[in-house]
Amino acid sequence: MSWRVTGAVARRVLRQLRRDPRTIALILAVPCVLELLLQQLFGRHSHVFQEVGTPLLGLFPFITMFLVTSITMLRERTSGTLERLMTMPLHKVDILAGYGIAFALVAVVQATLVSTLAFGLLGLDVAGPRWLVVVLAVANAVLGSTLGLFVSAFAETEFQAVQFMPAVVFPQILLCGLFVPRAEMAAWLRAISYVLPLTYAYDALARTAANELDGRFALDVAVVCGCIVLAVGLGAATLRRRTD
Amino acid sequence: MTGSAIRIDDLRVVRGGVTVLPGLSCEVASGSVTGLLGPSGSGKSTLIRSIVGVQRVAGGAVDVLGHPAGSAELRTCVGYMTQAPSVYGDLTVRENLDFFARVLRQPRNSVVHVLEDVSMKAHAGRIVNSLSGGERARVSLATALLGAPQLLVLDEPTVGLDPVLRRDLWELFHGLAERGTTLLVSSHVMDEADRCDSLLLLRDGRLLAGATPDELRSRTGERDLDAAFLRLVEDGP
Repeated sequence: MSWRVTGAVARRVLRQLRRDPRTIALILAVPCVLELLLQQLFGRHSHVFQEVGTPLLGLFPFITMFLVTSITMLRERTSGTLERLMTMPLHKVDILAGYGIAFALVAVVQATLVSTLAFGLLGLDVAGPRWLVVVLAVANAVLGSTLGLFVSAFAETEFQAVQFMPAVVFPQILLCGLFVPRAEMAAWLRAISYVLPLTYAYDALARTAANELDGRFALDVAVVCGCIVLAVGLGAATLRRRTD
Repeated sequence: MTGSAIRIDDLRVVRGGVTVLPGLSCEVASGSVTGLLGPSGSGKSTLIRSIVGVQRVAGGAVDVLGHPAGSAELRTCVGYMTQAPSVYGDLTVRENLDFFARVLRQPRNSVVHVLEDVSMKAHAGRIVNSLSGGERARVSLATALLGAPQLLVLDEPTVGLDPVLRRDLWELFHGLAERGTTLLVSSHVMDEADRCDSLLLLRDGRLLAGATPDELRSRTGERDLDAAFLRLVEDGP
């Protein structure tokens, strides 16, 4: 792996994004609007807003970056630029890390903005440290980015890539414990939830909100990091130098 | 220079169950401009992709500059221009080349040189998506020229260009060959054949002939290379 090439990829991805101000506006504004909606819908001091607000803040970057990365990478695959890069002296991990770093930086801005709004104006309370919510949000963004990169290999068109979002993300959100506590789920659903990375991402955020930074929290963070490494490995396997 | 920059022996490529190259053997001489000609669908791009090592092959050997095609050693010495311009449409011309120059470990001033080579320096600040097809192709070509590779493999580099630009590019190709670069240039227009030092004529994945333009004329008795190609097709192997 080369930092120079990784940095070049990250800078290029960010430059491309900068040329698309509407996408940037959507990435930054949509989670803010959703937090506001949630607060207005249930009320500032309601259980729902206080319990869902923090996980939503921390999981949103996962969804955004999953979608943005899978489309960007699909374009790279279909436009021939990936084929050109594969004839050049770079490692596959340089490409993956470059994408991950670029979208992690976007997630830093996104999560900082949303948390400033939610913790400040909207009155969302967390018992644990607020910066930790932002750090977890960025880690989730990297996870979303690497998974998006991996699934982009299975899409031939942007229509298909967009459909992967509900297919891959929605079941994880339903089963992560946000809607129904996992202890109350049917056994087979709970069994599935154990193998989904978002379950651990959600649990880490919920524990931060409750300031339960115990061994279970450490395990959650370790699993999320492990999933990032695994997704990078799977992503690297889909970046083939030789294709049909 | 003598010797072969590319040696291909019994190359077989199957794509989606269809045999595109049933067993192709040919050589490309070092320091020459070799034209790869044939109608569209004849297997030119597949052959080119096999040479740069991005095509999955079913059998045979492709040797490039003394290494098997696709070897890590070749990644700094082979320049490749894909058929569709493979550059980032939402970046400027300069941003595209700056990026690829970084990947190739080339100094920044190399970007200016290659933009001059393809007469695109005046457009350096423009977004690629706002360029015409021919201009985009030249940005793609400039990318392949970065780092002065020993071997340039160009898939239809002159498509959609006006005659003046085409002439300029062919002068550039011959200038590069004089300095020792080997060029393999594909085209589906026969009037480009006369600009090449030697020709590989491809049809249905088979090599019809590998010869210089003059050898082709004398072998077929035709003055016009288009007619010579037709004669080869009709006479059969």
